[in-house]
Parts: sequence; structure tokens; C-alpha cells
Amino acid sequence: MDDLLQEFIAETRETAEALAGEIVAWEAAPGDRGRLDGIFRFVHTVKGSCGFLDLPRLERLAHAAEDTLAAVRDGRRVPDRAMVDAVLAIVDRITEIVDAMERGTPLDDGGEDLLIAALDGSAAPQAVESLVTPASPVAARAPMRSVRLGVDLLDRMMSGMSDMVLARNELARRLRAGDVDPSAEAALERLSATVAEMRETVTRTRMQKIDALFSALPRLVRDTAASVGKRIVLDIEGSDVELDREMIEVMRDPLVHIIRNSIDHGIEDGTARLAAGKPEAGRLTVSARQAGNQIVVEVVDDGRGIDTDRVIAKLVANGRDERSLRQLPEREKLALIFEPGFSTKDDVTAISGRGVGMDVVRAAIDGIGGRIELDSTPGRGLRLAIHVPLTLSILSTIVVAVGGQRLAIPRGVIEEIVSVRAAGVSVDTLGGQPVAMVRGRRLPMVTLSSLLGLAPADAAPNMLVIANVGPGALVIGVDDVLDHEELVIKPAAPAVMSAGVYAGQALPDSGRPMLLVDCAGVAHRANISFRREAPVATDTDAEQAAPGIEVLTFHDLDGVLRALPLAAVDRIETIAAHQLHRAGGRLRLHLDGVLVPLAALGDLPGGSFAALRLRDGTTEIAYAIGEASDIVRLPAELAAPAAPGAIAGVALYGDEPVELVDPLWLFAGHADVAAAEHKPLALLDEGEGGWMAIFLAPMLRGAGWRVAARLSEGEQADVVIRLDDDAPAAGDAAVVRLVTDPAAARRGDAIHRYDRAGLLAAVGARLEQRR
Amino acid sequence: MSELFLVAEVAGQSIAVASRSVESVVDLGEVTPTPLAARHVLGLATLRSRIVTVIDTAGTLTGTPSTGRPRRAIVSAIEGHHYAFVVDALDDVAMFAAQPLESGVALAGAWAGATSGLVEQGGTSALVVDLSALVPGIQGSRVN
Repeated sequence: MDDLLQEFIAETRETAEALAGEIVAWEAAPGDRGRLDGIFRFVHTVKGSCGFLDLPRLERLAHAAEDTLAAVRDGRRVPDRAMVDAVLAIVDRITEIVDAMERGTPLDDGGEDLLIAALDGSAAPQAVESLVTPASPVAARAPMRSVRLGVDLLDRMMSGMSDMVLARNELARRLRAGDVDPSAEAALERLSATVAEMRETVTRTRMQKIDALFSALPRLVRDTAASVGKRIVLDIEGSDVELDREMIEVMRDPLVHIIRNSIDHGIEDGTARLAAGKPEAGRLTVSARQAGNQIVVEVVDDGRGIDTDRVIAKLVANGRDERSLRQLPEREKLALIFEPGFSTKDDVTAISGRGVGMDVVRAAIDGIGGRIELDSTPGRGLRLAIHVPLTLSILSTIVVAVGGQRLAIPRGVIEEIVSVRAAGVSVDTLGGQPVAMVRGRRLPMVTLSSLLGLAPADAAPNMLVIANVGPGALVIGVDDVLDHEELVIKPAAPAVMSAGVYAGQALPDSGRPMLLVDCAGVAHRANISFRREAPVATDTDAEQAAPGIEVLTFHDLDGVLRALPLAAVDRIETIAAHQLHRAGGRLRLHLDGVLVPLAALGDLPGGSFAALRLRDGTTEIAYAIGEASDIVRLPAELAAPAAPGAIAGVALYGDEPVELVDPLWLFAGHADVAAAEHKPLALLDEGEGGWMAIFLAPMLRGAGWRVAARLSEGEQADVVIRLDDDAPAAGDAAVVRLVTDPAAARRGDAIHRYDRAGLLAAVGARLEQRR
Repeated sequence: MSELFLVAEVAGQSIAVASRSVESVVDLGEVTPTPLAARHVLGLATLRSRIVTVIDTAGTLTGTPSTGRPRRAIVSAIEGHHYAFVVDALDDVAMFAAQPLESGVALAGAWAGATSGLVEQGGTSALVVDLSALVPGIQGSRVN
């Protein structure tokens, strides 16, 4: 009985999934007798099985749907939208109940009466004569020669297969080493052939038709389109392409998200489409095809495409630097939609604007060694192609020589391999960062042998491997490209993985262990960050990459170009003359109902003027300026001013000197003194004049901290910051540890020293704890 | 209570490893280096179509990386990975009753964290070493 029930659950679910598409197709073509029969058969079979298994609830639902469909079959009713909705709802409900049965959880049966009532349109009880149709072709289902297997059993088979391949390799090696009897050699040949064939067969057991992914799409598209009031024609191609079952599971959510995005953001509504000279109904094509050892799933719509200007505007509104975004090549501007937390639609909709961004989609695809390509034609549509490897467990790799060692690089991430000496290829250094120019593309470069410490830092590579690492492309310089090999990848020991540059280990035919390079890890280890300061991946100019302080530059009232750390600036406001008050020998601005002290270096103009509002916790002051100029990153080295005062130092930006205004001085001199006393104190525990004093101090001051290299008598630090040192804190101050090595930062609670946001968050959190 | 121990020599010191934690004892072939891996990881070696991570046992215990080519090793499976702990020589396999260290015996360096007692054999004593405490980068490891 239990077996029967399991069988029933599995079968009902499978059929229900396959059916969702059928029902939608039937709605579009109500005359299609074949489809109607299919649906009818489903509910009829469910009803029959339920009676047998004594499942009255399911039986009732199936029975009601069967009655309605029978009426349609007999021509007594014409299917309309409401009826299709009702039938879909019943099918959904049946799946829900079946799922609940499998989990053994109870399911509320509320609303089932309504579902049934909805079937006859009027939602009123209707005395449809029970038309029992025993003649319906239940037996017409093709007998299946198949068995159901647990996926873990298949996984075990696969892993056993991998071991078998390795054992075969070992045997072959041993035989080759000695003097071999030709008959032994022949036996080995035969074994090899069998093992290869078995491997393919076993791999196939993990394969599933991508239809398993696609069959739910018609329903998804219909429901999504209906909820935003659009009409969409869906085309599906290549449903019979086979793919690793695990891949299918991983791709399910990303695909749903991409399609929802297309319908919600990409395809315009009917009126807009007609106005743009397009057919009223949007067109969405989802297709799958095999290309070599990759599967390409494409989602193509004929909507408005990606408006990169809006994308940039949105990111700028979220605090990104507009100038550097505008400098990006078109391809990378498109890729900005993968930035975390990004959503183009200004208002959040129920469909796609719910916080799951394209960054999650990309992360999922990256996770299985795939990549996403975007191809947008403004006004004409978007083509989004997901490339994923055929299978997870056997990876296609390129073997490279690095400092006398062999390493494997996953083929999936490799865009191209070029020789350093090829035409159109050159290697250069920009601000200390090696950069490769490949036919006009400027890409950050890492010489793998130097990174791994196998060669001096200035070693010159012979071959350049262009690797796609999620947010950008990276050139990995290697000594030589040796071979192409299919490898069974297994995770390496934690002590090896901790290097942060390996994705696993494998035993190739040579019998010598080989490590698989994690290209994203290499980029990280080499301090190439595509996400933070420099999404200017191909455009890394020295000033952008160099650490420094982000400042707002402005022409001050006395005409001098000055700057304030961006972190200290709350916003820029235009001040009308009547908002200015002179009281108690001080200038104050009347802003939002409060009086804010105003600082100025120079004479205030007669009429309105601009002012920067600087905020430090609860204290606020304003600083009058002539005109705001730009947001730039200033180098950390500042020439010291002649006398201590408002100017913290002078830096060069381009050819122009910029005076950096010391926000601390402004607050100290102008804010209500009591408030300034309460600034928390950060102790930079490194002695005098070290890295932190130069790099961190301006940023911390900008964020409202007092900074000291040593404590004076009776002073108590709120936070102690240490670099590459894990001594305990003196007193009860909390310690924030910074590390130079990004890999170390990823492992522990330490923070990478250029991780500005991470540091500020950490000191903030420590301060919260103390309070 | 007696237990079967494997007695080996590391950095001039006799060590005893509980045989239940030992999978096999091997002669290492070529060791493939693993650049940037944790300290005291010598590299990867192949063992009957399996990859083992080779650990510089002497370096881990004394803090001074050993220089010679690794030859013999004790293989142990720890948290799903196989490790080969390099030893200078293998002396014996015998039943011993492990004794606690006398109070007042202070061990230097990582010895303290990895040693749980000693066994005595004909006048010489061997320190009982817990191999899983020697693996860098895993939970429960006492060395870095």
C-alpha cells in the first residue's frame, strides 16, 4: 500500500508539471481536442487512483474538474478564461495536497469548495449530471520501461565511476612502467574502452531533458504577464537538450527570475509597443542548445532592452561614482545590472522587484562554473545567454605550466588564450598594476608564477589566459599552455584550500596530483576588485586603483580649489539669504527648523549660495562654498600645511593643487562644543607615522572619530585598530584587526585593510557594543 | 588499558600514534607543491589513485620547517581528507598503556598542544601524539 501511494505521488506530480503547459496551450486553442483529452485523462486518473487509495479529498477535486472538462468535451460548455483559471487552480491544489502527503504534513482544506464552485463560472452549485465516462482511454498510456532511483544512489554510482577511472589510470601507468606482455596491453585497452563507455553511460543517468526546466514556463509566463497586464507570446525551443540534473536544479530559480525580469522590465505594455511600431503582444523566446561541452540557454525578448543611462543613474543615486561608471565600455555598463542590490524599475513590483537581484542570478550561475552574456539593442530587445558546463563532476580544463608546475584552469571561464608575442597584444604597467592590452581591451593581469611565489614578482609570462571571473575579465599570465584534460575534481584539504586560489584537486592520467585554479580567487588574492572602487575593470587607471581618500572637490568662496572627505558630507544645499542668521558672533543657518552653525573660508556673497551640510553623528554644521566640482579620490600623501588650521594638507589632483579641509577642525571650531567632546576615540596602535596614520586617520576623522597614535594621560580608547597583529587589547577597548592579506580576511573576523566599508562597519559595531 | 601504538621518529624524538587513527604507512613518491597553502603543508602526493596532503610533521611540532626530501609517512583520514604525516623513521608497532605526562614536564612549541601523554618502552619513552591536532586549518587543530 505504501509503495502504491509513493508511486501515485511521484506520478501525479510529474504529470501535473507536464500538464501546466498543456492547459495554457489549450486555453489559446480551445478546439484542440488532443490537449483537452490529455488534461481530462489526468484528472480522471487521479480520481480513479484516489478512489482506490481512499483519498476522498483528492477524489472530490479531481471529480469536479473531470465533470467540467467532460462538459467541454461533449460540447455543452465552451472554455473561457475563468474556467481555465479554475482548472489550473484545481491542478495546483492537487499538486499541493500530493506534496503535503509526501512530507506527511497536514494541509488546510479551506477554500476547496470555492475552487470547485469556480469551475462552473457562476460559483453557484450546479447540478451537472455526473457523466461517468468509463470508456476514457486510461489504458492508452504507453507502458514505461523505467524505474525510479534516488538521486543519491546515482551520485554514489558517479563517484564510484570516478574512482574506477582513476584506478584504470593507475593500472595503465604501472603497466607502462614495466615490460608489458602484449596480451596484458590488449586487456587494458579493452578495460579502458569499457570504462570510457561506462563513464558516459553513468554520466547520462545524471542527465535530464531540459524540458524539466522548460515545462513550467508557459504557466509562469502566462501568470506573470497577466499580473502586469501584458500580452506575451512564448516560444520554447530545444526542450530535448539534456543536462546534468543538478544543473537543472541550480538553473531553475535564475531562469524564473530572468523571465520575470524580461516580462516586467523588458517588454513594454501594449500601448507603448504599438506606439513604438511593434506588435502589441511581446515575444519571448527561451531556447536551449548544446555547443561543444557547454549548454547555452537563451532568453530573448523584443522589449526595450537595457537603458544603460538609467542603470547608471540608479547606481549613482545609490552612492556610486558617476564619472567612473560613465567611463566603462558598453559591455561592462550592461553588466552593471549584476551589481548587488540593483533593480532598474523605480517602483518595486510584486513580480521582480523583491530584493532578489540579478547578482543572485549571476552568483548561482557562477557557482556551477557558468557565465552569462548580455546583448542588448535599445528599443529592440535583450538577448541573455547562460552558458553552463554539461556536467559538474567531470570538468573540462586547460592544463598550464607555471613555475615548473602544472595547474588546471576550468575551461568554462576561459574566454581566450593568446601569446604575449601575438599581434595586438602587449603587456604594460599602470600605477604598479600589470595590465595586458588585448586588441584594444585593457585588462588587469596577474602573473600566476609570481602570485604563487614560484618566480620573482617581475617574471614575464609567455601565454595569457583571459578568464571571465564573474564581474569582469582578468588576464592570467602563465609560462605555457600544455594540454586539454577532462578532470574529476574533488575538494582539496582545508589547509590547501585556505590559499584561496584553488578550486580543488584532481588526479590526471599522469598520476601526479594537480590543483585546479580558482580564477576569481586569483583576482582576489592579487587585489583586483571588480566590484568596489574599480568596476573600471578594463580601465583601471592608477589613481582609481590607488588607495586614498574619496573627497568632494569644490571651488571655495575665495576661489581656491578645496576638498572635503566625502564621508563627512551629508549633502549640498542651496541657501537663500534669508536663511542666514548672525547670532552671538556666529553665523548660523536656519535649516529644516534648526539653527546650524556655518563655517566659511572667505566672504559670503550677498545673495544665495551653496553650502555643504556636514554631519557627524548628531552634530551638524554647514560649510559655505562657491561651487561643488567633482567627487575624486585623492592620493593619501598630503603635503603638510604651513600652519595647523582649517587645511589638513595639499594634494595634487591632475595638475591642480587641492587643499583638503580638515573636517575635524571645522567641527571643533564651529559645532557646539559639548557635542564635539563626545566623539569616540580610535587608537591606531602602530606607533608614530605608520600606514594607518596616513591612510586610516582621514577616513576615521571623516566618519566622526577622534584619532590618536597613543593615549594621553587618563584617556580611554573606544576602539583599538591593529594591522597584521593580533595582540589583545589593553583595558576594555575593543580591537579591530586589519590584515594585509585578503585571503586571511576572508577566513577570520579580520578586515582587509582596503575594505573601507568593512572597517567603518566594524568600528561602528564595536562602538555600539560599548554603549 | 593497553592500546596498539605505532612508534615513529620525528625531529629526533620518538612519537607514538594510536594505531586506530592510522590508515597506512607509506613510502612517499613525488610530492607536488601547493604554493600559498597553509604553513607546514609540503604538497600533494598520490597514493593508490588517491590524493593525500603531505604534512611536515617535524616542522609543525618544532616550528622549524624540515628540509630533507620526505620519504616515509603515516597516512590518516581526518575530517574526510587524507593526510600523510612525514616521519624520519618507523620503529615499532606494539601494545602500550599510555601514561599521563608527569606534572612539571613542560613541552616546547606545538608539542604541548599535540601531545596527550607518553608510553615507555625499554627505558626510552615516546610522546603520544594526536595526528588531528597537527593538521593546519581545520577545527580542533592546535597549530597554525
